Amino acid sequence: MSAPPNSLQNTGYPHRHLLGTEGLSAGEITFLLDLADTYVDLNRQEDKKKSLLSGRTVINLFFESSTRTRTSFELAGKRLSADVISMSVAWSSIKKGETLIDTAMTLNAMHPDVLVVRHPESGAVKLLSEKVNCAVINAGDGSHEHPTQALLDALTIRRRRGGLEGLTVAICGDILHSRVARSNIHLLTTLGARIRVIAPPTLLPSQIERLGVESYFDMREGLRDCDIVMMLRLQTERMQGSYVPSIREYFRFFGLDRDKLRLAKPDALIMHPGPMNRGVEIDSELADDIDRSVIREQVEMGVAVRMACLDTLNRGRRFHEAETQP
Amino acid sequence: MKPVSAALKAHEQVAYVNARLLDPATGLDTPGVLMTDGAVIADLGPQLFADGVPEKMTVVDCGGHCLAPGLVDIRVQLREPGDEHKETIESGSRAAAAGGVTTMVSLPNTDPVIDDVAGVEFIARRAREVKLVKIYSYASVTRRVEGTQLTEVGLLSEYGAVAFTDGLKAVADANVMRRALSYARAFDQVIVQHPEEPALAHGSMNAGELATRLGLRGIPAAAEVIMIERDLRLVELTGGRYHAAHVSTAAALERIREGKARGLKITCDTAPHYFTLNENAVGDYRTFAKVSPPLRSEADRQAVADAVTDGTIDAIASDHSPHDQDSKRLPFDLADCGIVGLESLLPLSLELVHKGSTTLLDLLASLTCRPAGILGLPGGCLEEGAAADLVLFDPERPGRIVPETFRSKSKNSPFDDHPIQGKVLRTVVDGRTIFDADA
Repeated sequence: MSAPPNSLQNTGYPHRHLLGTEGLSAGEITFLLDLADTYVDLNRQEDKKKSLLSGRTVINLFFESSTRTRTSFELAGKRLSADVISMSVAWSSIKKGETLIDTAMTLNAMHPDVLVVRHPESGAVKLLSEKVNCAVINAGDGSHEHPTQALLDALTIRRRRGGLEGLTVAICGDILHSRVARSNIHLLTTLGARIRVIAPPTLLPSQIERLGVESYFDMREGLRDCDIVMMLRLQTERMQGSYVPSIREYFRFFGLDRDKLRLAKPDALIMHPGPMNRGVEIDSELADDIDRSVIREQVEMGVAVRMACLDTLNRGRRFHEAETQP
Repeated sequence: MKPVSAALKAHEQVAYVNARLLDPATGLDTPGVLMTDGAVIADLGPQLFADGVPEKMTVVDCGGHCLAPGLVDIRVQLREPGDEHKETIESGSRAAAAGGVTTMVSLPNTDPVIDDVAGVEFIARRAREVKLVKIYSYASVTRRVEGTQLTEVGLLSEYGAVAFTDGLKAVADANVMRRALSYARAFDQVIVQHPEEPALAHGSMNAGELATRLGLRGIPAAAEVIMIERDLRLVELTGGRYHAAHVSTAAALERIREGKARGLKITCDTAPHYFTLNENAVGDYRTFAKVSPPLRSEADRQAVADAVTDGTIDAIASDHSPHDQDSKRLPFDLADCGIVGLESLLPLSLELVHKGSTTLLDLLASLTCRPAGILGLPGGCLEEGAAADLVLFDPERPGRIVPETFRSKSKNSPFDDHPIQGKVLRTVVDGRTIFDADA
């Protein structure tokens, strides 16, 4: 392989898409986080615009309702000067008519450069990525992965703690249905953190320990001496049957309150991917405690991380194209 | 090899010379000659025509390859009536012929469901018109496979239904199963179960580490063994005849082994994918490997292979489930279950022989006389006076599975490019050659 032209330098992230964090190397993750750090600074300036993606088209394709993730991607694209279009599609109507692959082919014919896709079915984003020529970012597929959420969580922790190596992170709640939990488990373990998952047994997936985590049914025990407490949303919309008997019982044993938090390290940070169910998985007062909760910081990091991902995949795309020229 | 004219003259006599005659029903394994007279086997043996084949008799040189009873496949879906874009009785018959299958039994999960006499007669009439392989049909245990009201078991039996099953659905209600087993005794009929507790089967793959990584809902092995355990109790209670289809787990096989030892009238089958593949085949969301019950752990796969060897599994059926691209090119959870299997049945099964885990005769028994015996079908043996339903195959010839070349309308096989050893050379039904690999 000949050396690429200067303007089209290969990035530290050699993949065409970002479909998940499973299998990413520490180097690749660090590359994205370092780049995101620069965008945090940019986003805090008065002029937040860069022209890196000028003339590029980014399509946000959301088959599942989302406000924050979609807005975050839209803003990220616009700050890099891309033409951004967001499409919200009710999956229930799609199911009956046009197939996912038809949708992919149709959009592909419009020559987008990056497709950002959220879908309620695990594996759907990968399936779509196989049918298009552009780069694809998984913005959440079923219970599988949500890689940009894990990246923004890692960036938030890294900026507060300097690094991930050796930290103990407790992920609490509906692990079974959570793509955020899976993406974080893969990414944070790769960066050297120790992960505990805390949930009632009905909300822990089969053989979760094989992903390199310790599991706890007792929240107090699980929180003991941990550095980071990551709460998950109780995904009531995905509930089928009786995973937990009642909300009040759930909050009593698995909700985060000051009493349980006391067992974690005194400076332990509280995180939540949002949107929160106050009084279900997290005490309202704790969520707003600016000394402990970094929930709003996570939202800020989200835009920076998504800018880094769009920038990187766009460069990678130009590099791959340049490489295939005769 | 000299081709036989397609239209067989009445009482045309054919001598299949230079054959390795294999009859699993009698244990025969000898070089020799088999002679057919019209639609039946007239004679066979090592000494037949030792002094030369009589003139005017058509001669087929088998080249030393194996001549065995045609395969009897007791679990296929032909999709007619209702889903003719996936398969028809004709395309399915051609696939069967190419796979060495001379008798097959079709599941009732068509549209409409085969739950009345007209449905059974329709299948029989279409089979007569297509006139390739022999097709028998199951009728459903319950009307519209809804799991509540029994079908007319007696009348359906009179009109040719060979057994009763709700196909891809378990008979979930214990009392309905109890009555079905009990009532079918009056007509000496078998109830064939899809052994899976539906309440535990809200998922799309085997429960375990891989399902957790892929974010897919898993079906635990317990879903199978719970249903088998329940059904064996009901067999004890009723004295009914019971057959468990496509058994996939070590635990269920252990229960079946014990049940047989206790003297219960039970049998079971499996499909080649359950002893060839494990759950890893669905990694990367490969929907072509999505089946029901799901592919299981490596330990389960091994247990299924062992159970074929020790005879706990009576029969191997293809579980032929044709699907078009649109049914499979979907997010994993939404894709249909099933593998198109008629044309890979024999070569995939032969792997068990090549690996040394079973003998050629034992394997053939599970593909011919034993499945025929379970449902009381004629065929499955080389016997004077029996129908001349034969398969000629080379068990050694290496190759690869190429789904694009399948005769089936559907190509949904996870075995694309899978290396195999063994090839069907010729298939004969009622003395007529209906498939010739060299033609």
